[in-house]
Formats: sequence, structure tokens, C-alpha cells
Amino acid sequence: MAAPDAPAAARPRPRPAAPRGRPPRKSSTSAAMLLIAPSIVFMTLLFGWPMVSGVLQAFGGPEGLTTANFSRMAQDPYFWSSVGNTLLLIVVMIPIQFVLALAMALLIRAKPRGSSVYFYIWAIPLAVSDLAAGLVWLTVFTDRGYLNSVLASVGMEPVSWLAYDNYASMFMAVLIAEVWRATSLVFVIVVAGLQSIPKDYEEAASVFGAGFWDRLFHVTLPLLRPSLQTALILRTILAFQTFAVALALTGQNFPLVVGETYRWYTGLQDANVASALALVVMAVSMVTAIGYLKLLRDQSEAPR
Amino acid sequence: MADISIKGLHKTYPGSTELATNNVSLEVAEGEFMVLLGPSGCGKTTLLRMVAGLDFPDEGSISIGGRDVTYLPPQDRNLSMVFQSYAVFPHRKVRTNIGFGLVMKKVPRDELEKKVAWAADLLQLTPYLDRYPAQLSGGQRQRVAVARAIVMDADVLLMDEPLSNLDALLRLDFRAELKKIVQQLGSTTLYVTHDQVEAMSLSDRVAVMKKGQIAQLGHPITVYEEPADRFVGGFIGSPPMNFLEGRVTQQGALEVAGQSTDAPEFLARSAARSGGLPVMVGIRAENIYIEQRGAPGTLDATVDVVEPLGHATLLTVDLGGQVIKVQVASTVRVSPAEKVGLRFDQAAIRFFDTETQLGLTA
Repeated sequence: MAAPDAPAAARPRPRPAAPRGRPPRKSSTSAAMLLIAPSIVFMTLLFGWPMVSGVLQAFGGPEGLTTANFSRMAQDPYFWSSVGNTLLLIVVMIPIQFVLALAMALLIRAKPRGSSVYFYIWAIPLAVSDLAAGLVWLTVFTDRGYLNSVLASVGMEPVSWLAYDNYASMFMAVLIAEVWRATSLVFVIVVAGLQSIPKDYEEAASVFGAGFWDRLFHVTLPLLRPSLQTALILRTILAFQTFAVALALTGQNFPLVVGETYRWYTGLQDANVASALALVVMAVSMVTAIGYLKLLRDQSEAPR
Repeated sequence: MADISIKGLHKTYPGSTELATNNVSLEVAEGEFMVLLGPSGCGKTTLLRMVAGLDFPDEGSISIGGRDVTYLPPQDRNLSMVFQSYAVFPHRKVRTNIGFGLVMKKVPRDELEKKVAWAADLLQLTPYLDRYPAQLSGGQRQRVAVARAIVMDADVLLMDEPLSNLDALLRLDFRAELKKIVQQLGSTTLYVTHDQVEAMSLSDRVAVMKKGQIAQLGHPITVYEEPADRFVGGFIGSPPMNFLEGRVTQQGALEVAGQSTDAPEFLARSAARSGGLPVMVGIRAENIYIEQRGAPGTLDATVDVVEPLGHATLLTVDLGGQVIKVQVASTVRVSPAEKVGLRFDQAAIRFFDTETQLGLTA
């Protein structure tokens, strides 16, 4: 065995320097290719191909490529109301979820008695499928559900919460169910983010005279920015895809964009328009994610 | 500016049975630079955190400037603090980091800018005001932390091992700079460190802590020369104080390593009464002199190791089976295994009780 500290010149050179400046890398490159080949194959089969075929389908028609699917989509009476509903849901729901998740995470961090139990309880909805969550809330909001039973027991008239002509209460039901179901994702990310912030920063802030709100806005939230950014991107993209909860609670009465995709595909048996809708959702999701990344860029990490 | 008065502080951290501070009382005068010195786990940082309001005591009281602040949150105490980790906000530029406390105090804008400029100038941070902490070196970040603390004009300045994350050379430079700045400000300062050189060089008074209690409180030179117990003598000084087992005979002679010299008056008297007294003899390395073997008043010893340090030479010497350190001038030529005579500077010898480890004085 060669001594590890033998002078470099004494060691046998693996290969003389390549004469025309090409590094002798061929063998290592092919090894790397071999190692990543399985994941490339799987990505192509399970992700790349479906996406390409989806795009082709969205622009496909009987006589080659066309944009007819998109115009059919836009002319559908449910389309614009589904877009409106989706946007309204996102605009109202995301802030509520973030405020709730942040409050819950800060409560957990204060380490009250049994805080680890609360953590698991609050994280449970993460494991509940959205359709199941929708069905659970259906038992609450339906005409003979728990909520109306409670109202009746205190002598009040029952309300048809999910009736198609009661838009506000229908929206509230979907909102409550989605907030219940999906806040835990933000909560878990924020808890993880809070744990990664050294306690010193907040202690320093409080020594220098910052009260609770000053510490929250001047120290905790800015330092939590990367976590909030991740949670915001994930939550917004997932919110665009909200579907099963609304379907379980309201059927078609409260259309959402991805619900419309489902209706075009199964109900109306038109895969092309369904693909067009899916493509729109994807484009909007990507634009939103890029927008968040640009908007929330951390300046302290900016190029030097 | 204000004085700090700490009375009977007890603190146990949850989940621990040991007292982090055990009945600590301490008075820091207005404008005084007080250093809390001790090994890790001695409760010095806990004490500082309780003064800051970051932890609350189980018992006892703290008042700053005559105001009881024991259970007030930190933001209501009018303090400023330099953290060991600096805790410079990474998302804010140097300028807003320094001005953070003033913004919280709602100081008018022009005054704020004046003060930030003054502190930046004092700590040579002016060229870096518009940078983020990630773009600064460790030493510069440290300066930002100090600047942020000194703009506050707070009643009390607290420092938690502020120099411990700097490299040795930078620490030496900054130590002197820090002393100058604090003297200029004249603020009441409580400074925590485990580095005895820092404690000696910076403090007006030093409180040496051990196991949640103050082992000795006094002027740094007093603590160095007259340690109150064996722990303090062994903790302060590099090399630490030598301890030798000895005995004062009924006749008033001090026996060390099988050889005897005269014992001081007060020990001879109490030994005469009790019929002999075992003592622990403490002497610092620089108070022992090397002489010819057999010279009158010297103890026979053998040199074990010779370590030239540049400014002096450190010897490890075997004195009748007990190993001690001797520091001699670098001009003294000795070699290992050389047989020498040791002369102790009689005025520098300290005596400790073998049971209680406490210092014995007249």
C-alpha cells in the first residue's frame, strides 16, 4: 500500500494529461448515466409521457391540432363560475390558514403542558383524504346533520346550509371543511421552520425592547420567510386543486376548476376539454409559484 | 446608568434537581464593570439571564436602579446585551441592526441616525452599514452586536461571553478595544466569561462562581493573589496555583515534602494549641525561584520537564513526590533531571484548610 502522504510526484499518474485539453472523463460519465438511468426512465414514463400526451390531448381534435377545446371550455356556463369560486376560495382561505397555522405553531412553541399531544392532534387532518374530510363535514352541514340537530335542540329553525340557492352558507361550509383539512400542512411546515430559528434572535429582540408583536413582525416572521414561502407555494397550488371536499358537500352546486375537469372527463366524456382545463390549472399554478418566489425573494441572500 | 442589586437568587431549571444558582447575592455599583467568572455549568450565564429577564428565578429578587425587576419581561428593564452567538438579525442590514433597539424605543429619526453613525464610527463599521450580516466576517458581526448594545444608553450593559467566538488574535485586540469603549461609556456592566485572562484584564471586580454560588468576589488582583479557597486558586492563573500537602508542627515549623521551613506566626500559634496542623500550601509558579541545591532556606527538588515559552520558561518539578509548576525567567538555564533548590517567596505563600479547602488567614 502506498503511504497516504507520499509526495504527489511520486504517485503513479493515472493517465498522462490529455493532449487536446479534453479531460479524461468518459468512463465516469457513463457510470453516472447508469446510476441516474432508472430515475430518468421512471420520470419519463410516469411524468413526462403523461404530460406530453395531456398537452397533445388538450390541443388535439379530429383534424389535427386545434384550440377548439379551449373555446369549448371557456364557453361552458360552469367554467367562469368555477374560476370565480376557486379564486374566491383561495383568496379567503389562504390568509385564514396562515394566521391559524402560525398561531397554533406559536402556541406549540410556548410549550404548554401536553404540547406534543396538541401537535399530533393538530397534524391528524394531514392524514385524512380530502373526500373523507368532505364526507365528515357533510354529516355536519347536511339538512339532517349535526349542526341542524344542535340548532333544533336549542329551539332554532334548521337551515339548508348546502342548498344551491344559499351561496354564502355553501361557500362557508366548503371553506370551513378545507380550512379544517388543509391547515395542518401549513402548521407542520411552520412548526419545523420555527424550530430551526435559534432562540437568541427573539431573546435579543426582547432585550432591546421589542414586545410580542414587534418580535413577531420584526424577527420571527422575516426569519420564517423560507418556510412561509414553501408553505404558501404548496398551499396555493393545492388550493387550485381543491375538488373532493366541494364535491362531497355540494355536488355540482359549488363548481371548482378541477371539479370541472372531473365533470368533463367522466360526466361529459370529453377527455380533450378535460385536458385543456388541467393544462390551465397547471399554467396558473406555475405562474403563481414563480410569482411567489420573485415576490418573496430574500434580500439578505442577494448576490454580493 | 444604575446599580444592580441581586438578593438570594435560587433557580432550578425544569427537569433538573441541581440548583443552577444557589442563594446568589451580588451588588454591582453604578458604573462598575463586574465580571462573572467560572467554569461551564457554574451558573454564571443563568445569573446573567435572570438579570436580563430571559429566565426567572424561583426565589430571590433583582433590582436595577432601585426598581424591582425580578419578574419583569426583558423589554421593560431598559437593558442592552451582547450575546455569545452575536444574535445579529440576518435579515436586516447592519444599519437597521444597530438601530433596532432605538426603533423599538421610538427614538426620533434624526437622533437615531446620529447615534447609529456614532456607534458605527466607534466600532469601525461605517463602510459596512449597508451590508447584510452574511456579508461580514465573524469579527465584524461581533462589532455589530456591540454597536447595537451601546447605542441604547441603557441602565445596564450585559455581555455573555462576547469574545468567545473570535480567534485568539482578534480576541486580544478586541478585548482592549472593548475596555476602552466601556470606560468611555461608563455604563454599569455585567460580563460573563470562562476566560480568566479576560476577567482579570477587563473587570473592576470579579465574582468567581462555582456550582451555582459565588466562591470569591473582589478586585481581580486580590482574587489572583489571595484566592479565598483552593478552587479559586486552581481556576485563576495560567499555570494554576500549585498546591502542596504540608503540616505545621507543634514547634512552629512548616513541613513540606519531608523538609521544613518556618511557618507563619498565626499558623504556628494555632498549631501549638492543637498539637500540629495539616495544611494545604498554595504557591504560584512565578513565586518560586530556582537556586543551588542545598542553599539555606531552599527545598530539594528535581526538574522533570523544561518548557521554554519565550517570555519565560515553565518547569515541571518533582518536589518529594509532589509535582509542581515553576515559572522562571527565560534566561535561567536548567535541564531535565537537574537537581535544584526551590526558594518560595514567603510573602506569596497561601495556606488552605485541608478539610474545607478554604483559605487560612491571620
